[in-house]
Amino acid sequence: MSTPTTESATPAPATRETPSPTTGRARTGRILQLTVLSLGAVAFLFPFYYMVVGSLKKTTTGDVSGALPGGFTTANYRAINGAISLGRSLLNSGIVTGGVLLCTLVFGVLAGYALAQLTFRGRGTVFATLLLVQTIPFQLLMLPLYALVVRNYGLGDSYLGMILPFAINSTAVFLFRQFFLQLPASLFEAARIDGASELRILWTIALPMARPALLTGVLLTFIGPWNEFLWPFLVTKNTDMQPLAVSLAGFLSNLQGTVANPTGALLAGACVLALPAVALFLVFQRHFTHTNIDSGVKG
Amino acid sequence: MTLSHTNGPGRRGTSRIGALFAAPYVLFVLAVFAVPLGYTVWISFHRFYFTAPGAGVDSPWVGLSNYRDVFTDPVVGRAFLNILIFLVINVPLTVGLSLVLAAALNAKLPFRSFFRAAYYVPYVTASVALVAVWAFLFGSDGLVNHALGGLAPDPSWLVNTHLAMPMIAFFVTWKQLGFFVMLYLAALQNVSRELYEAAAVDGAGSVRRFFSITVPGVRPATTLVLIYAIITGANLFSEPYLLTGGGGPDHASVSPVLLMYQKGIEQGHPDFAAALGIVLMVFVLAVSLLARKISERGD
Repeated sequence: MSTPTTESATPAPATRETPSPTTGRARTGRILQLTVLSLGAVAFLFPFYYMVVGSLKKTTTGDVSGALPGGFTTANYRAINGAISLGRSLLNSGIVTGGVLLCTLVFGVLAGYALAQLTFRGRGTVFATLLLVQTIPFQLLMLPLYALVVRNYGLGDSYLGMILPFAINSTAVFLFRQFFLQLPASLFEAARIDGASELRILWTIALPMARPALLTGVLLTFIGPWNEFLWPFLVTKNTDMQPLAVSLAGFLSNLQGTVANPTGALLAGACVLALPAVALFLVFQRHFTHTNIDSGVKG
Repeated sequence: MTLSHTNGPGRRGTSRIGALFAAPYVLFVLAVFAVPLGYTVWISFHRFYFTAPGAGVDSPWVGLSNYRDVFTDPVVGRAFLNILIFLVINVPLTVGLSLVLAAALNAKLPFRSFFRAAYYVPYVTASVALVAVWAFLFGSDGLVNHALGGLAPDPSWLVNTHLAMPMIAFFVTWKQLGFFVMLYLAALQNVSRELYEAAAVDGAGSVRRFFSITVPGVRPATTLVLIYAIITGANLFSEPYLLTGGGGPDHASVSPVLLMYQKGIEQGHPDFAAALGIVLMVFVLAVSLLARKISERGD
C-alpha cells in the first residue's frame, strides 16, 4: 500500500496542553497559532471544495469563475455514470474492500489472539516476521505477484485475485495482538479449566471485549483497498471488474473525449470515490486520531 | 514500537491450537511476501518472459546480465535521481510543516477537532481522486495559472521538465501531512512538561523552547517520518503515472516502480523489472539505515 499505516492498540493519553504563561504575549501567540492553523486548513480543504464545486458546474473551467458556486447541475454525475458505469465500479470496490475486511478480521483476530494468549512452537518467529513484513514495500513484489496470481493461478479479472495480496493486514494483526495482550491471562485460564475450547473462549470472551480494537482494525484496513490503484489496475483488464479508482483513472487517461464536460465528469467521479472514505473518517474521527497512532513514536 | 513482554501469554495455553490459529497468517506471508521475493531473485538471474501457464518457454540462466542492463539504463538513473529530488523536497517540508502545525494544535484552542479533521482528510482520500483535482488546479488552463497570470510557468507545472517531479513531491507532502501532524501530536505528549517550565523560568522565549526542547523531544517521530518518506518514495506509482501522464516529459518524473511497470508489463521485460526491484529494495534498506544513523546521531 502506498500510504503509511499506523499501528498500536494502546490508547493515547489525554492530550496535555503546553503551559501558556498568562501574559499579554500569550494572546498574540494564540492569535498567531489560530492564523497558522486557519491558513493550513484552507490549503488542505480548498481542493475538496474545488472538487465538489467543479463537479456541479455545467462547464467546468479553470478560471476564477470556476471556483465560485452557482449554476449547478447534476449532468456531470450522469455523464461519468454513462462513461464508466459507476454502479458496477462501486460494487466492485465494495466487494474487494469487504473481502479484505472480512479476511483481515477473521484471520487477523485468530493470529493476534494466538500471538498474545497462546504458546506454540515458532511463535517468536511469527512475531518477528510480522514486524519485518510491515517494513517491506508491497510495490516491490508486484511483478512476481502479478506473474503468480495472474499468469500461474489464472486469477486475473477476479475478485479473489484483487483481494489476495491484501487479504490479511499485518498492521491489523499487530493491533489485535497488542489488544489481546492487555487482557489478563487469568480470564482465559478460568474458562479453560471449565473445559471451554479456545475457539469458544475467543468468540464469547475475547471478541466482545475487543470491539474497540476491531473498529480501529476496520478503519485502518478500509482506506487501503478502497483507495488502492496499482494492484487492481494490474489485475483487471475487463472494465466490468474494475474498482472505481481504476475505472476513474482509465477515464482520466483515455475516455475524456466521450463526454461533453470531461473535467466536470472526472471531478464528479472523484467526489464519488472520495465520499465513502471521508464520510467514514468523519463519523469515526475519534478512533482514527486517538487510538492507533502513537505506538510507533515511542520506538 | 511497543513490545510488551511483561503481560505475556499463559504458559498452559494449548500449543497446537495456537499454531492452527496463526497458520492462515503464516500461509499468507509465505504466499504474498516470501515466495514472490524468492521468485523475483530467481527471475532477475534468468531470461524471463510472461507466458500462459503450461506454455513451455525456456528461462535460461543469464547471470548478472539483467543487473548490467539496469545499471547502464539512463532512465533508471533518472528514476533514482527523482526519488532523491522527492526526498529532498518532501522530508524538510513534512518535518517542518507537521511539527509547526502539531505544536499549534497541542495548545487549548477553539475548533481543535475541526483543524485535526481538516489536515487528516487528504490522507484518507484516494490518490486517484486527489490527482484529478490537482491536474485541474495546475493544468495549463488551471486556476493556479489564471491566478498567476503572466507569472505562470511555461510549459505549465505538470508538463515542465523542471517542475514535474517537485509537483509530485508537493502533492505527496500535502496528501500525507495530516498523518504526520497526528504522529507529532502524539509524540509531543511524551515531551516533559517540566522542561518547558524550567526553560520559561530561565527566560527562554517560545522560539528558543521550540528548538531546544520540542525538536529534540520528538526525535523518534522524526526518524519515523524519514523512514516513511523513503518507503513512500520507493513506492511512488499513481502520482507520476496519472498526475504527470506516465512519467513526465523526458522521464522527468519517472519513478522506479513506474519503470518496473513500463518495462515489465508494457514492454514485456519482467527480468529487467525484477532486477530493478532488487536494486530498489537494496537502495531502500541502505537509505533507511543511513537515515536512522543520521537522525540518531547526537543522542
